[in-house]
Amino acid sequence: MKQLAMGILSAAAFGFVATAASADTLDDVKAKGFVQCGVNSGLAGFSAPNDKGEWTGLDVDFCRAVAAAVFGDGTKVKFTGLSAKDRFTALQSGEIDILSRNTTWTINRDTALGLNFAGVTYYDGQGFMINAKKLPGVNSALQLSGAAICVQAGTTTELNLADYFKANKMEYNPVVFEKFEEANAAYDAGRCDAYTTDQSGLYAVRLQMSAPDDHVVLPEIISKEPLGPSVRQGDDKWFDIVKWTYYALLNTEEAGVTQANVEEMKGSDNPDTKRLLGTEAETKIGTDLGLSNDWVVNIVKATGNYGEIFERNVGAGSPLKIARGINALWTKGGLQYGMPIR
Amino acid sequence: MAQEAIHDAPARASLIYDPKVRGIVFQVVLVALLVMGVWWIVDNTIENLRRSNISTGFAFLRGRAGFDISDRLIEYSSDSSYGRALLVGVLNTAAVAAAGIVTATILGFLVGVGRLSNNWLIRKLATFYVELFRNIPPLLVILFWYQGVLALLPNVRDSLSLPLGSYLNNRGFYFPRFVWEPGAGLVLAGFIAGIVLSWYVARRAKARQMATGQQFPVLLTSLLLIIGLPLLAFLLAGLPVSIDYPQKGTFNLTGGTNVKPEFLSLYLALSFYTAAFIAEIVRAGIMGVPKGQTEAYSALGLRSNLGLRLVVIPQAMRIIIPPLTSQYLNLTKNSSLAVAIGYPDLYAIGGTVLNQTGQAIEVVVIFMVVYLGISIVTSLFMNWFNTKMALKER
Repeated sequence: MKQLAMGILSAAAFGFVATAASADTLDDVKAKGFVQCGVNSGLAGFSAPNDKGEWTGLDVDFCRAVAAAVFGDGTKVKFTGLSAKDRFTALQSGEIDILSRNTTWTINRDTALGLNFAGVTYYDGQGFMINAKKLPGVNSALQLSGAAICVQAGTTTELNLADYFKANKMEYNPVVFEKFEEANAAYDAGRCDAYTTDQSGLYAVRLQMSAPDDHVVLPEIISKEPLGPSVRQGDDKWFDIVKWTYYALLNTEEAGVTQANVEEMKGSDNPDTKRLLGTEAETKIGTDLGLSNDWVVNIVKATGNYGEIFERNVGAGSPLKIARGINALWTKGGLQYGMPIR
Repeated sequence: MAQEAIHDAPARASLIYDPKVRGIVFQVVLVALLVMGVWWIVDNTIENLRRSNISTGFAFLRGRAGFDISDRLIEYSSDSSYGRALLVGVLNTAAVAAAGIVTATILGFLVGVGRLSNNWLIRKLATFYVELFRNIPPLLVILFWYQGVLALLPNVRDSLSLPLGSYLNNRGFYFPRFVWEPGAGLVLAGFIAGIVLSWYVARRAKARQMATGQQFPVLLTSLLLIIGLPLLAFLLAGLPVSIDYPQKGTFNLTGGTNVKPEFLSLYLALSFYTAAFIAEIVRAGIMGVPKGQTEAYSALGLRSNLGLRLVVIPQAMRIIIPPLTSQYLNLTKNSSLAVAIGYPDLYAIGGTVLNQTGQAIEVVVIFMVVYLGISIVTSLFMNWFNTKMALKER
């Protein structure tokens, strides 16, 4: 029996150790020559392969920005499509360097799961979608008592759903799928009355339905879902790089530096812009971070600033057409606030 | 021990050349290496977990789960603990495995015997069945039932009405539920009494046949006892039952009992898939009984169905049972494919728990222990059954 127990333990442990995280992710990344980034396996606007088979989306572009900061080349990144259930194990075990997969920042994940969230790339909230053709009378989530609801396993969505129905003393019947695609297909096939996920996700899912116009998103938002990239705990250097890549994207938008005008802006006399783009004499901002001093220039050249990434993937320039809303810069009434680069 | 007698004659050479000592040394070295390897792995894991600030231990099982589970055999809500959620998963796995084993066995025996039938059509159909299901991966069979059959059923609003107030739609199979009222205990007592009496009658009938050669209609009597006694009790107690029919609610049918499509497709897929293997085992078992046995019972004047039952099948069972055990174990383990269609079995729920708590190693250990436990219990039962059926030398 003892032998058996040891056998089990070692078998369980082995997979974990074989790829265990090294303490210095930046060195590892530089040595292998690319950033390994965990993304959603298919969520339009955030991370999905396009018709040429290239990954596109807001979460994908964030990883490209990190790659550009490290290598000066936004293409030196490889993507791993992950289900909600596998994502944390993939990061903990060192299979990926960054998790950028519409993941909600919660205290449990930040502490017990051993993650560090680098920022909030998209402020979201959970909502419901129904097929208005099949359920013409329903126009509020509070009318969903008794409904079968499709949801993805291992998400905060699944937990919020349970809390919301409990708080409103309603019954429901969860139909839980491991993969996003499976949940979508089941909802489309009529297995469930309603579908729940983050609202941005609902708009993306709606586009994938066989008849998108039949589906409506109900007005209720039942939770706070700050989505952002995360890294492993215990490597502050790598954490800093990811965190400041995010701030650099926000600060460049605030300073008006875009993919198109970044070369021109390098000649600017404005001290703030000079500091941001690393053209200040004797600057050490980039090297202190473990990168080159033109890291911000590289980021903007690769992906554009935060505003450009947003509009291209989920905003006006995309089929999702989501308004900036609370994701606007703080100067424009939103919540996005870049810490000063100086 | 005869070897020692040969060895002790001449003077001892060096210990290096003593096969016994060498054997022990090699064993000790191997064990030491194994222990070191395991120690290194465990130590490294603990160190890595500590460094990335991931908590360890099984204390998380007491925490509030916070998610709901639709298919459950025991009381569970989002306020229950993670441990309880895992228990729900274990029971769901056990339920689908048990149901699948029973159906697969019955279906497998029918098809297996069908492959040996003298009827051309039955023989060919059975062969087709075996070749089809044996050569498709089980996951595909599950998805076939889930997306290819059950998802194509009508919506709730256009449910197919079946006899006895049952309904079939893409949310599953709904049928009326008996709600027992006081006095129902008598019916259960009648049922148990029926089984006990049938067993007694069967024993007596066998003893009488052994002694006098006279036969007694055991099957008929047993059926009468097992069905008749509860029925009598039911009437005597004044019909202590009400029926809860499924009714149309706002979204779903409410009331009655609902078997969900996730369970149905997993159960059907596992049964059909494993039945193909069991059919081959049954066929091999029957063919493994020497032809002389068939000739012998014919010579004794037994009719062929009686001869099959009394002579061929008992001998075939000895060949069938050991490989049958492996198929039962396979079916149980294949039930973890449930995760693809959202049936909350141990693996699916465990995965959610793993994700919510981040306790990867602990949850995987629980997976292993539970599947190992279920498999060992199945093996023990089948071994017991095998010993019972084995040739008794008298």
